[in-house]
Amino acid sequence: MSLLDVENLAIHFGGVKAVDGVSFSVDPGEVFAIIGPNGAGKSTIFNLISRIYEPTHGTIRFDGQDITGFKAHDIARLGIARTFQNIELFDHSTVLDNLLMGRHTHRATNFVQDILFLPKVRREERAHRERVEEVIEFLELEAYRKKRIEGLPYGVRKVVEIGRALAIGPKLILLDEPASGLSVEETQDVAYWIEDMRRDMGLTVLMVEHDMSLVTQVSDRVLAVANGRPLAMGTAAEVQADPGVQAAYLGTGAAA
Amino acid sequence: MEVIQLIIGGLANGCIYGLVALGFVMIYKSSEGVNFAQGDMMMLGAFIALGLGNADELGLPFWLAVPLAIAIMFGVGWGVERVVVRKLFGQPQFALVILTIALGFVFRFVAGSIWGYSPLVLETPFAGRNLGGGGLVISLADLVAIVVTLVLTLVLWLFFARTKVGLAAQAASQNQMAAYIVGVPVMRINSLTWGLAGAVATVAGVLYATRGAIDPNIGLLGIKAFAAAVIGGLGSLPGALIGGLIIGVVEPLAGRYIPGELSKMSPYIIMLVVLVTRPGGLFAQMHAKKV
Repeated sequence: MSLLDVENLAIHFGGVKAVDGVSFSVDPGEVFAIIGPNGAGKSTIFNLISRIYEPTHGTIRFDGQDITGFKAHDIARLGIARTFQNIELFDHSTVLDNLLMGRHTHRATNFVQDILFLPKVRREERAHRERVEEVIEFLELEAYRKKRIEGLPYGVRKVVEIGRALAIGPKLILLDEPASGLSVEETQDVAYWIEDMRRDMGLTVLMVEHDMSLVTQVSDRVLAVANGRPLAMGTAAEVQADPGVQAAYLGTGAAA
Repeated sequence: MEVIQLIIGGLANGCIYGLVALGFVMIYKSSEGVNFAQGDMMMLGAFIALGLGNADELGLPFWLAVPLAIAIMFGVGWGVERVVVRKLFGQPQFALVILTIALGFVFRFVAGSIWGYSPLVLETPFAGRNLGGGGLVISLADLVAIVVTLVLTLVLWLFFARTKVGLAAQAASQNQMAAYIVGVPVMRINSLTWGLAGAVATVAGVLYATRGAIDPNIGLLGIKAFAAAVIGGLGSLPGALIGGLIIGVVEPLAGRYIPGELSKMSPYIIMLVVLVTRPGGLFAQMHAKKV
């Protein structure tokens, strides 16, 4: 059974059909990439899955459950984490606090216990800190632990965002253009991390990406979209060879 | 001795400024906006307590009237967020400023039309009771104001620094989108913060009323409290209290030792000096942040 099932998904902003009848399903443990030209509706699909946008029609099922009616703050609890194309971090806080905030839905202590800082609270905090330290070690963020986000270079901030998503402890991680703005070396790191997420952490990865070398390297299947509509699905090579996809990227004139 | 007496009265006054300043900081911490109706919420809270507790009004016992007034003002704060503030979601901060100034006027007119504009006295168990010793006289009302404020500041500080909901509120203030995706119900948290701001304002209002008469214009004290919050750094709860205490203590001392009109300017002169020398406030938490 697939982990994520998107069926006939559509969202219309006024007359603009940003996403228009997209269906796909992602299997557990799979790395699935969505590609397409700018404005194709890739990030919009992410915003629909993470419940920031309300679809005009269609359904989203996660782990066998229809989540189309869920709210944006319910998604983390279900086990879906994401990053943003434009990086959304808690800018005035440290890297450590950003990652700890990823543990929010796992906090089980109540108000009074928290205020009194009971042993139970301290035990729980230590456990969260250990989880976060694993993430810090995995992403090699040790040097930035106590640094505030607003002073960090772009590339590091992108990694912190991946870290916060991992700290949530998700089953499915959505990466929105994880390689954009990164150097070749940094992109290679991202490729290794995605492979480790799948192999060592048992994660399912859904990503939007422009960098075809990254897509080819890590993804099992690729969905190409243009103008909100699906164009082709298959392996990276199959999709790249698709005449419709080439036309969408190069313009119809080139395909003719 | 006279100086110490002035300082004690000033500390009690400063506690009230501090509590109203706490309201400013709480709303700022959770929605990055300034609620200029905070002083008027204090006023309304005091009047509601008076309406419930005074013998010629509903006549409830003081210890029942006050918690009830706090609960009602929690509801008012909550409702203001749900019905009005939420509609401004995504608008420039300027909109919230204008909106809350208007809300302040509404609260003033509401109180004025129910209770009139002449000063009224809240009947309290502390009225006229003094503790004395060594040439000093401390009114029970002053002592209560100081103790209640210290306890409340500590609890609120722990709330924001340690509890799941308090941390969620801080997260939401920094980045709503990021808060959503880690599982913070941002809207609910905002309502809760406004409710708490209403509750804290009511405590401030009752403490104010235990020390003197109230009328619908006492909410203008909010301007001094805002100065206190700015001195403290606008993002820091202990800073707000200390800012309030500074203003509270300087006022009577300036009134005693500095001539006339100049003494009335003292709170704002302090604010200006702090802003010029430490633009982030004394307890700046928001480093290099545009306010």
